[in-house]
Amino acid sequence: MNAADWQIVGFTLRMALVGLALVLPPGLALAWWLAKRNCPGKSLVETLVTLPLVLPPVVTGLVLLDFFGRHGMGGWLHRTLGLDVVFTWRAVAVAVAAMSLPLFVRSARTALEEVDVKYEQLARTLGAGEWRIFFTITLPLARRGVLAGVLLAFARALGEFGATITVAGNIPGRTTTLPVAIYEAVQADEDGHAWTLAAVSAVIAFTAVFLSEKLSRRRR
Amino acid sequence: MNRELLTATFRRRFPGGPEIAVDNLRLGGGITVLFGASGSGKTTILRCLAGLERPDEGVIHFDGQCWFEPARRIFRPARERNAGFVPQDYALFPHLTAAGNIGYGLDRLSAAERGRRVAENLRWLGLEGLGGRRPRELSGGQQQRVALARAVVRRPQLLLLDEPFAALDTPARLRLRGELRTLLRQTGIPTMLVTHDRYEALALGDEVVVLHGGRNVQQGAPSEVFSRPVNLAVAEITAMETIRPGRILETGEDLATVAVGDARLIGVAEVPPAVGSGVYVCIRAEDVILTGADPVPSSPRNSLAATVRSLAREGPLVRVELDCGFPLAALLTRPACQELALQEGVKVTALIKAPQVHLIPFAR
Repeated sequence: MNAADWQIVGFTLRMALVGLALVLPPGLALAWWLAKRNCPGKSLVETLVTLPLVLPPVVTGLVLLDFFGRHGMGGWLHRTLGLDVVFTWRAVAVAVAAMSLPLFVRSARTALEEVDVKYEQLARTLGAGEWRIFFTITLPLARRGVLAGVLLAFARALGEFGATITVAGNIPGRTTTLPVAIYEAVQADEDGHAWTLAAVSAVIAFTAVFLSEKLSRRRR
Repeated sequence: MNRELLTATFRRRFPGGPEIAVDNLRLGGGITVLFGASGSGKTTILRCLAGLERPDEGVIHFDGQCWFEPARRIFRPARERNAGFVPQDYALFPHLTAAGNIGYGLDRLSAAERGRRVAENLRWLGLEGLGGRRPRELSGGQQQRVALARAVVRRPQLLLLDEPFAALDTPARLRLRGELRTLLRQTGIPTMLVTHDRYEALALGDEVVVLHGGRNVQQGAPSEVFSRPVNLAVAEITAMETIRPGRILETGEDLATVAVGDARLIGVAEVPPAVGSGVYVCIRAEDVILTGADPVPSSPRNSLAATVRSLAREGPLVRVELDCGFPLAALLTRPACQELALQEGVKVTALIKAPQVHLIPFAR
């Protein structure tokens, strides 16, 4: 492990955290909507949310590339805010967010569904509005499951490869993440290097998934 | 009962399930008990009043406010009804302390004022020192009181209690019954309480509403409802001990003579049924007086020679099954039983006042 490797590990962890920050607000809103509301079109939304989980990640990357490209949202962002997304660290964050959203929504949704509606109904009789109920009743009671979802999404973000390399490329020191670096090492016949990075990945992922399992198990 | 606060007429149908049809349910001050067997729709009615369930049609008004009137597109949600609700299992928030639960509905007050009101309620309910405990660290009775405090602390305009003793064991239930009545009286908040236990209904209610098959079939003072049921269903739900079919032999003034089995009884009927018509004769066990075998002149109109068939202890009382030409049940204290040396086969005289022989015409 040299300085460049540590930089990659730090960058990957940072991107996973930024990705999480991007996933949490819409992810929680979506999970709540899927768990507590009943309206037509729900299964369609459910399918769309799950799609990135089963599509080749490259396809998700391609969609993002087009969306944030010159002719899409990217062009607008560039003109109005001077922000570039594609082939920058922002693209990495967006890619890992898009890929971990389904995992987070699925586990958060289950956790929110498991909160007995009787508590939410009682809070209503005490004059509480839906926002207050979500943050003071539903979310605290679902916290274990939601946290398990956060860890799972985090682990998924650390391992993201296909979408990241499509939309952010492999720019050393700027967009290279751990999985991309491993792939590069394998390509360059540096097997020892690849295995070292792989071991670091495994340790981080193992910790996150282990904690996530522990949290969701203790709920029962 | 003072002026009517709540008036409700509504229907709620469940797919493939029973239909709840409430017709002119009324509530004034004091405690109104919704009484009925399980499955009679008590909880659904309470939830409709709380705003947690939306009726399919109907009207609910409370103290000049319209809570539900689909014709005017009005449905006031639970949040805006200011009705305190205590569900059967209390639904205390498990992640909050007792104080946190009680103070939950006071979020619009300053922290100081909220703390003061919570402390005041903990004191009122004898829960001092328990404010920091989680619900699972409290006994059933303490949980009940926290749930009550949580509902009452907001000074709601109506209090709804669903089977407040269901989650408690029998000793706690008996002890807390009197206590709850006192507490509810102290709040002065109009209360609707659901129960399937007739002793609870008698002990707690200023007014009783009997439910049968999702309908409110009789409403009135507890003594009135329990001794003068309007129909056979109410007589059965209120566990009238003796219900026997009989035939009207003679009517005059407000009195009617009825043949029941081999015996004749005189009862009071507001609207005398036609001579020859069939009636159900209803007699509450506690209204039957027993004396020695030799009839003595007495004011009760009905004096029947009876033989004791069996004795069964019922709490502090003894239930005596008699044969006096038809099966009759009487409820006596244990000393009274000893004085009369009651045992199987003993001959006694059963005395029943005419107003306590309640007649329900067939097919009502």
